[in-house]
Amino acid sequence: MKKRKERIDRGIKARSEDIFALSSHLEMIYLLLPRAIPVAGLLGVAPFLSSYWREVFISTGVYALLAISWDMLISAGLISLGQSLFYGIGSYIAGALNCYWNWPPLFTIPVATLGGGLVCAIMLLPVLRLRGIYFAMVTLVLPLMFSRLVEATRILGGTEGLTGLTPFPNQLVALYVIDLALLSALFGFRRIIDSDYGLIVRAISDNDRSVMSAGFNIHWYKSQVVLLGAAVGSFAGAFGTHVDMFAGMPGFALDYSIMPVAAAVVGGMGTFAGPMVGAFILVPLSEILRALGALRIVFYGLFLVLFVVALPEGLFHYMQRKYHQCERWVEVE
Amino acid sequence: MNDISPLLSVSNLSKSFGGIMAVYNVSFEVTEGELLGIIGPNGSGKTTLVNLITGFVKPLSGYIEYRGRDITGWAPYKIVTLGIARTFQMVRPFYQLPAFKNLIVPLYSPRVKRMAGGKYGDRDAVALDLLEEVGFERDAHVSYKVASALPQGYLKRLELAKSMALRPDLIIMDELFSGLSLAEVASIVPIIEKLRVQGKTLIMIEHRLKELFRIADRVIVLNYGEKIAEGSGEEVMESESVKRAYLGRET
Repeated sequence: MKKRKERIDRGIKARSEDIFALSSHLEMIYLLLPRAIPVAGLLGVAPFLSSYWREVFISTGVYALLAISWDMLISAGLISLGQSLFYGIGSYIAGALNCYWNWPPLFTIPVATLGGGLVCAIMLLPVLRLRGIYFAMVTLVLPLMFSRLVEATRILGGTEGLTGLTPFPNQLVALYVIDLALLSALFGFRRIIDSDYGLIVRAISDNDRSVMSAGFNIHWYKSQVVLLGAAVGSFAGAFGTHVDMFAGMPGFALDYSIMPVAAAVVGGMGTFAGPMVGAFILVPLSEILRALGALRIVFYGLFLVLFVVALPEGLFHYMQRKYHQCERWVEVE
Repeated sequence: MNDISPLLSVSNLSKSFGGIMAVYNVSFEVTEGELLGIIGPNGSGKTTLVNLITGFVKPLSGYIEYRGRDITGWAPYKIVTLGIARTFQMVRPFYQLPAFKNLIVPLYSPRVKRMAGGKYGDRDAVALDLLEEVGFERDAHVSYKVASALPQGYLKRLELAKSMALRPDLIIMDELFSGLSLAEVASIVPIIEKLRVQGKTLIMIEHRLKELFRIADRVIVLNYGEKIAEGSGEEVMESESVKRAYLGRET
């Protein structure tokens, strides 16, 4: 009996991305494994972590959500350098509702998610016609404007911010809330972008005039994408506000804008999973490097440069390719 | 034919870019089922005229009427919804997608949905059929290849298929034949003739005069943005002003 090697995914994908033909348990495991890893990793590990690492993973989750939101915008060809706009708006909406009207987090977070998404989408509506670096510049400027606006007009607590907000019952609850949000955003967005609706969105980033001449109002589609991305970003802000028990100008800080971009570059753009993986590498890494003291940023920067040079396609694209190339032995008649 | 009201009528259309008149006072009509050719030397305003009709560029003055309805200055996506499709001179495929997925975009459009009575049907199958119609060999699996890997001839046909997928009444083809070999042109001509049999109205912008004159009912000639001649292929080539535009002035 002769044997030869064959790729496992051969036959599973019957020339289509969404219809699977399974004929063995191995094939089913092959399909389920990559989807089970993030679910098990996020939900299963949480109870065994120390208090310090729980805190690290809560902030990692926030950055991962912002990175996924960034990836949603990039899939429609919108380059955002202002994820902190979404974070800040979400954080101030939740903070104000909690501080002035004593709404519990159970209500402030959903309202801030929807409200923040709408406010940001309406704000970006006039500049959706801009492309590339021009759109990026506007998104970079908006959060800086907002933080100066709060400082100058002293609204919403001014430079001191809104303090003493309701926290989550305990760390574990917070960690599970962010992990569930992360999983919903990850699988939800992947599903949207793989549908025919998502095909139009990706086509806009590929060639917008061609989509226009197919009879689509591309500005309407772009604003829907911004709404989705901004809602997820605002959720991160509202969540972070209740964790920190504080809403203030740091919500518009540059960290929230730059980290998602770095995470997406390290992890691989356009997959949602990639930016999430990137955030889960970069944020804990920056914590581990704390032991190095002042040299921390040097090593952190060095790692980023090495990674971008060695794996420009991003970690997730690389892993995905290698996984698809997995082979098994089959008998040859 | 004069008793039939025209499908598309363009009157006194003008457009300037930074003081230069790209299209100046152009008027013409297209009747249903006709194949109108538009020719002219480089920079004579042919593509601008297409962009004006399809709404990508707003005119300075003049009117565009489609089925008696004023569509001047409408947004491109609204004009498509009426049934005017176009192809681009520089092919504009979705390079990251497989060829047949390129057609999902027009097949998903509001116009196709409305024409199919709210149902889309099996878009993948329709896309594959359409590609076969424009000459993608089904056995060779060309339709599954990523658009960025396709040669120019296929990209031109893909461009044509994308406009056909919209089920339009009027297709405006911007230099469909340019960059193609004689054999490739010869293989596209039957597709165009089939579209005519189906009753589609066609406007073809062309540089390849010989191939165009063979299939066009009527030709108009542009030079420096102005219409300088109109008639059958032989008639316009006899005209003195056309000869001058193409061959230059005798000194």
